[in-house]
Amino acid sequence: MSRLLSEEEYRKTKAFKIKRWYRGEKDPYIGRVELTPQKPFTEDVKTMKQRIHDEAILKRNIYDIERNKKLQIFSKFYHVVSIAFVFTLIAILLYIVSYLPPVGNAANPDNNEVAAKYIEDGMKDTGAVNIVTGMILDYRAFDTLGESNVLFIATCTVLILLRMDKNSEKKEEEDNDRLYEPKNDIILQKVAFFLVPMIIIFGIYVILNGHLSPGGGFSGGAIIGSGLILYVNAFGFKKIERFFTQKTYKWICFVALLFYCLAKTYSFYCGSHHLETGIPLGTPGDILSSGLILPLNICVGMVVACTMYAFYAMFRKGGF
Amino acid sequence: MDFIQNFPFFSILLSLGSGVLTSIMNKKVARLWNTFVLVAITVMSAVLFVYMIGMGEPYTFMMGHFPAPWGNEIRAGVLEAGMALFFCLIMLFSLKGGQEHIDAEIEDTKINLYYIMINLLLSSLLALIYTNDLFTAYVFVEINTISACGLIMITQSGRTIEAATRYMIMASLGSGLLLMGLCILYDITGHLLMSNIKDSIAYVYAQGTYNVPLIASIGMVVVGLAIKSALYPFHTWLPAAYGYSTASSAAVLSSLVSKGYIFLLIKIFFRVVGFDIIVDSKIVNILFVFGLLGMIMGSVNAIMENDIRRMIAYSSVAQIGYIYMGLGLGTTIGIVASIFHILSHASTKSLLFIAGVGLTDASGGSKKFDDLTGSGYRNPAAGAAFTIGACSMVGIPLFSGFISKVQFAEAAVQNGLAKMLPTLICLAISTVLNAIYFMKTVIRLYTPVSKKAKKTQAAEAAVISLKEHPLYNITLLCMIILNVILGCCSQPIVDWITSGLAMFG
Repeated sequence: MSRLLSEEEYRKTKAFKIKRWYRGEKDPYIGRVELTPQKPFTEDVKTMKQRIHDEAILKRNIYDIERNKKLQIFSKFYHVVSIAFVFTLIAILLYIVSYLPPVGNAANPDNNEVAAKYIEDGMKDTGAVNIVTGMILDYRAFDTLGESNVLFIATCTVLILLRMDKNSEKKEEEDNDRLYEPKNDIILQKVAFFLVPMIIIFGIYVILNGHLSPGGGFSGGAIIGSGLILYVNAFGFKKIERFFTQKTYKWICFVALLFYCLAKTYSFYCGSHHLETGIPLGTPGDILSSGLILPLNICVGMVVACTMYAFYAMFRKGGF
Repeated sequence: MDFIQNFPFFSILLSLGSGVLTSIMNKKVARLWNTFVLVAITVMSAVLFVYMIGMGEPYTFMMGHFPAPWGNEIRAGVLEAGMALFFCLIMLFSLKGGQEHIDAEIEDTKINLYYIMINLLLSSLLALIYTNDLFTAYVFVEINTISACGLIMITQSGRTIEAATRYMIMASLGSGLLLMGLCILYDITGHLLMSNIKDSIAYVYAQGTYNVPLIASIGMVVVGLAIKSALYPFHTWLPAAYGYSTASSAAVLSSLVSKGYIFLLIKIFFRVVGFDIIVDSKIVNILFVFGLLGMIMGSVNAIMENDIRRMIAYSSVAQIGYIYMGLGLGTTIGIVASIFHILSHASTKSLLFIAGVGLTDASGGSKKFDDLTGSGYRNPAAGAAFTIGACSMVGIPLFSGFISKVQFAEAAVQNGLAKMLPTLICLAISTVLNAIYFMKTVIRLYTPVSKKAKKTQAAEAAVISLKEHPLYNITLLCMIILNVILGCCSQPIVDWITSGLAMFG
């Protein structure tokens, strides 16, 4: 050993102690510090009450408008500015409206060849007696395809926001919520018993006659959806789950929208290449006429009905 | 008609249909399908782009059996094809870069909803790019807004829900103004098809009967789209929306969603109203002023931020200001500069967001600057990528940001003194401000951690080696390459934009 110090003196130096600690031969704490296992955190009632009290006061002072000068000024300023903004916007719009062409004037710019063709050739081109349906589902079907996807994506967004997953903690609370359902409201149940079938049948009628009379997928779907909501209010979620669950919803939406997409892809493709689609237009006025419009109306109706009901169910209890 | 001309139509319908398809898939299939769709559309757009350069003139495509003023129509030119290609690429990179975070931060059962949002967002962007009809544009603006909202709040925390609410309120105001503007335009022209409206507006403007509603409607459309793309005074929704959502969402939102609206606005300038009337109506001057304000104020806000994600978000406000300033110059070359900046900012900002999330991962998930100290050593790939992104944002040669600044300066010099001086001065100030906050961050990334700090940090900060996340690193590399391509081979790209704009007219 080429050490200048003797072994004993070396043992007294800091370097030796550090080396010993570094090698893990001796723990400096053992024998010098009293080691006790950590106690779990407990709060006695008094301090807890004090804490909750303090938090409440803090919160009140922050959000209390009378104490918080900054918030007070801001909220006043905000109200004034927002009202001023709204009134300015109204004034500007009224000013603009006074310059617009008068309603119903034959010389208006929007009374042009576009509207004329819709009215004159609408029935011949699309086979639909109802010009509006012919317009939205045949002439301008691409827009309506986008529009039904707006509905679809809106339900998806609500799903993201409100759907409870099976493992999540809130689930239990939500289940309890079902207990408070007005299950045994006799008046509601009796009325619903008679009304719901009629509402749904009327909705189906509006959808199926969309190309013949006023109505169509959007309005008929809304009627069916309201029928479903009435049913669920009267009889509760357990009953409706016998025929309408989240799975049903998913598959109905999927099949309807996919059929819509595929049918329109086919029809757009044929149209842009000036090919015949091979779908007969039928006699205008018959229930089975106007080519693709009837099936598309049914699709839109199903999507709208499901969307209406899904929104209700989601806001009511975060799922189906 | 060549088969390739079907590609815009295929791309829109494919992404729209796959949104519906994804609703019944589980998360793995949904991800795979989404990647397939993105790659397929990228390839289709690339083929179309090459084809369009060869053809040299735009074409219209009938959506259905009825010709233009009665039915719907889409239209493709060089600029549209190139934009579609670019947007798909950026979206692919953003998703792949943040894929691990999508899996980690989103509940398992909601991941397929995320991909529904992405697919529909893509279809709406494509439709905004290709459409030749104002009402179609409005419908897809709605899809764009709602899906963006879903992308923000899919990681459910109080912050993201608040951000989504703010976004929804501002975006609804924007949509409302846009819709009112379109209604008035329809009332005074009687058309929804872009080319027809342009003819009628030229006639109406020459006659002077409806000038008040015409100017007002242009104003509403411009303000509506400006709110949606976060021009300076309307930017309040932006920092929270980009700062707290998952990394891919932030990258997609900042580089694509706002840019889609700006592209629509440029399209409305050229294809609906006519650029002469826009310049004549002095609306560009308002855009110019707010663009300049945004350039300065966005950077000032970014300097004051203490959170890396929010800092990048505020930097977006400044960059959107640049784009609107270019539109406000009122010359075609200014618009070319703006479109180039759309590309440059989209590629850089998505790179910054994706790199930023790698750095926060290496710092125990904290976004505070103190914790990020030295994270460039802990995650070398993300550190290098962030540095390159920062250099590009500041405008260092070789990278895309430099070219767009040169373009803006060139465009400014061609204007009168009244617009030239403010532009050049604000460009200079904004560049310095950019350098302050980006270089500050880069220096912090490469500051070695002091011993004292190390003790507190060591517990969470993990060293991420180069081999650990291959997909992430490859994505970063692709984005850097894209950025350098934009910076080094800018002349063909500028030529392409110029010829595309000429096809708009």
